[in-house]
Amino acid sequence: MGVQDFEPVIGLEVHAQLKTATKLFCSCRNTFGEAPNTHTCPICLGHPGVLPVLNRRAVELAVKLGLALGATIRAKSVFARKNYFYPDLPKGYQISQFDLPVCEGGRIPVGDRAFGLTRIHMEEDAGKLLHEGPGVTAGTSAVDFNRSSVPLVEIVGEPELRSAADAKAYLEALHRIVVYLDVCDGNMEEGSFRCDANVSVRPKGQEKFGTRIELKNLNSFHNVEKAIEYEIERQVAEIEGGGKITQETRNWNADKKQSFAMRSKEEAHDYRYFPDPDLIPLQIPLELVERVRASLPELPTAKVERYKRELGLSQYDADVLASDAAKARYYEAVLAKGADAKQAANWVSGDLFALMKDGTPIADVKVTPDALATLIARIATGAISGKQAKDVLAELYANGGNPDAIIAAKGMVQISDSAVLGKIVDEVIAANPAQVAKYQGGDQRILGFFIGQCMKASGGKANPKLLDEIVRSKLG
Amino acid sequence: MAVVDLTALSLTDLVAKVKAKEVSAAEVAAAYLARVRALDASIGAYLLVDGEGATAAAKAIDARIAKGEDCGPLAGAPIALKDIFTTAGVKTTCGSKILAGYVPPYDATVVKKLRAAGAVILGKTNMDEFAMGSSTENSAFMPTKNPWDLTRTPGGSSGGSAAAVAADLCAAATGTDTGGSIRQPASVSGVVGMKPTYGRVSRYGMIAFASSLDQGGPLAKTVRDAARLLESMSGHDPLDSTSADRPVPKLEDAATKGVKGLKVGVPKEYFGKGLDPEVESVVRGAIDSLRSAGATISEVSLKHTEYAVATYYIVATAEASSNLARYDGVRYGARVEAGNLTEMYAKTRDAGFGAEVKRRILLGTYVLSAGYYDAYYRKAMQARTLIRRAYESVLADHDVILGPVSPTPAFRLGEKTADPLAMYLSDIYTIAVNLAGLPGISVPAGFSTSGLPIGAQIVGRAWDEETVLRAAGAIEAAAGIASRKPVLNGAA
Repeated sequence: MGVQDFEPVIGLEVHAQLKTATKLFCSCRNTFGEAPNTHTCPICLGHPGVLPVLNRRAVELAVKLGLALGATIRAKSVFARKNYFYPDLPKGYQISQFDLPVCEGGRIPVGDRAFGLTRIHMEEDAGKLLHEGPGVTAGTSAVDFNRSSVPLVEIVGEPELRSAADAKAYLEALHRIVVYLDVCDGNMEEGSFRCDANVSVRPKGQEKFGTRIELKNLNSFHNVEKAIEYEIERQVAEIEGGGKITQETRNWNADKKQSFAMRSKEEAHDYRYFPDPDLIPLQIPLELVERVRASLPELPTAKVERYKRELGLSQYDADVLASDAAKARYYEAVLAKGADAKQAANWVSGDLFALMKDGTPIADVKVTPDALATLIARIATGAISGKQAKDVLAELYANGGNPDAIIAAKGMVQISDSAVLGKIVDEVIAANPAQVAKYQGGDQRILGFFIGQCMKASGGKANPKLLDEIVRSKLG
Repeated sequence: MAVVDLTALSLTDLVAKVKAKEVSAAEVAAAYLARVRALDASIGAYLLVDGEGATAAAKAIDARIAKGEDCGPLAGAPIALKDIFTTAGVKTTCGSKILAGYVPPYDATVVKKLRAAGAVILGKTNMDEFAMGSSTENSAFMPTKNPWDLTRTPGGSSGGSAAAVAADLCAAATGTDTGGSIRQPASVSGVVGMKPTYGRVSRYGMIAFASSLDQGGPLAKTVRDAARLLESMSGHDPLDSTSADRPVPKLEDAATKGVKGLKVGVPKEYFGKGLDPEVESVVRGAIDSLRSAGATISEVSLKHTEYAVATYYIVATAEASSNLARYDGVRYGARVEAGNLTEMYAKTRDAGFGAEVKRRILLGTYVLSAGYYDAYYRKAMQARTLIRRAYESVLADHDVILGPVSPTPAFRLGEKTADPLAMYLSDIYTIAVNLAGLPGISVPAGFSTSGLPIGAQIVGRAWDEETVLRAAGAIEAAAGIASRKPVLNGAA
């Protein structure tokens, strides 16, 4: 037997920080990257006597995500205390949800498939331990509570994934959705979008799940895939070697490309969940659900379908343009300025995205949708050639501005006068008798040479369609 | 002018004198501070006396009165706070070594409200550690003595506040009541103590013992004083999700409204085995006085009473085990250094918590543990619902329920410290009221033959503090003992 004889069973648990102005249970700002402990108060520091008050905006964002993922929004859900000791957890318990979460069910569409969700619940984030940096004495750790009580949703997937690649695709799809909805900034490096994976293997054909391992510290899409691949191989090797998988939590080390055991089931916490008596049950009235539903933006899969159906785009173009909310917004803004959908798709996903490989995010691109739409219109009327347009786009990308002004400044007027072009063609033919002979001897491939020479002689201004016709007729 | 003993006056009389400029708030504060200096060494009511703060606050009140401002219903009244209420910049220990030296960065909502009502905060009173106890002997710092008999406890956990009020060491005091911690010390110390409906008084800044049961309330010399203080403490607080968003009723006049036509239920379960005959006789006297004042008395049955103590000690300890997890030595309070994190936690909490607190954390941790949750915590929550319904059912036909507060008068220091269960049972008549979330009061109703005060308890419908105060006012008037004071050596 080997890896091919086993079937992996994978379920992901994703924590996403909600994009609220303030924290989940106090009015401190929800920020990242500021000096340690500058956004704290008695409440998020767990001082004696403090009480939590729920941030309503966080509830709306959780509902928004739940609705977008087709989950059921519970009319009544309950916050519960998850009790454990750790220095980053100021109250000695995390306020989370246990048996009555805000959302139940739902699914994540991945291509033409969809993977089920168990639940989405709300909870508060913990602080962060600092082991080095200013103010941290060597050999000690310090705690930054800026993150303490930042709102999170945990999106718990059903164990329906069957490969590391599927897990990665699922995570990418979910990531795209949370960013699209603007409920989370999706920054994996900063930890605002985090993933744990439950992985087990079973012999193919067996119905019962194998013993599962929880993988932690998977802070990129790449790591999720690599860590799960590694884990599948490790478990299969263990079983084939006559060993047994014991339930444990393992930490992925991306440098060593290995996972290491953190704690076994015996060492696992008994979190002693119970309803938080400081918070009344969360009631979500139907009108809130309906208001949030009405505000839902179009999601990536729906957008791809619409681009194909209504705009006639190819699957590839639709995927590329809809993959990112900001890029899709840009494309749709170009269309709003009257550009042809297919031409706009070619220019945005082709030339513009190629220029953006320098790392510029779409929000900072200097080519306004209006400018790109104008440029496309100038090509359509034959005022400039496609080749000229590429130069104009490069100029717009570098410095911004108005395409018509650039066209005028560069003297980019397309030559569509047959007499002028005919003279150029005549000169090129006269200067290249050997190539003429080859062409007339039947070598059609040489045609491109003549067109290239003529275009060069015209300073790139020749109307390509007209030039092609003249070259062919003159070469006979 | 004859020397008026300012400290013997009721809060309402005292405030009237301050407002009429018959006496200044500064003089009142000075009189109380002098009495505390003279007497508190033998009683031990206070953990901290803030003479400077009190004097400054009193002078500020006087300045405002001089300008013709209305300084509020507590203008110039020296108030003692149970050391469970956080005070910005003033040490707050909750009776525990783990918070020794802790200086809160904020005022509890109750403290803010009292200051806004013109109160002068005299200091912080002793209590059982984290409000866990019925005698104030679980204070990590010292026991408090009962002013009526210094060999006895003032009850607990708000024993410092009760003793301070009884000995005229403050005009009134705040307490908290999780299972009787205002009513029981009020009863055995001979003062009025009221636990309002759960949600009436904000818990923000009131250090949590058991969140679903804890309620702040007043301890005072008279029913009228208690009503006025309660009014000032009450009201919706956006910082407490469990505080009720409903208007605060006018309570002060309730004390003199009478009880004509009031339907009073007397639960037979509260007059069974374990009740001291002298307590029974005083409570029966209170029943008679209500009847004479025009109330209708009938015997009722409060079902499930026998499960109240067990239910309470599961719910309260479960919540406490979680509420007290924050005292870990990481951010504030005491820390015992150790080689690693786990050891630091263990040593800090071992040195910082007393035996009773540890006992309850263990009990609470156990009842919430995997495999035991259903058998204990879930069952207790179900029992709690049944107990609440039993009260609601009796209160559907009766305006109030009347009975004893504590099975015995004040017990001796050390008498029950070796037997936690006996101590738990001293709260048998009060804890069900917390489980039901209802308002309850202890009003002085008489004395034992040896001169120890005995209170009667009145319990009312949720949010109907007014009727409870009416009944208490009638008992107070009939008993006619409000002016009887303990004899204290060293008193001026």
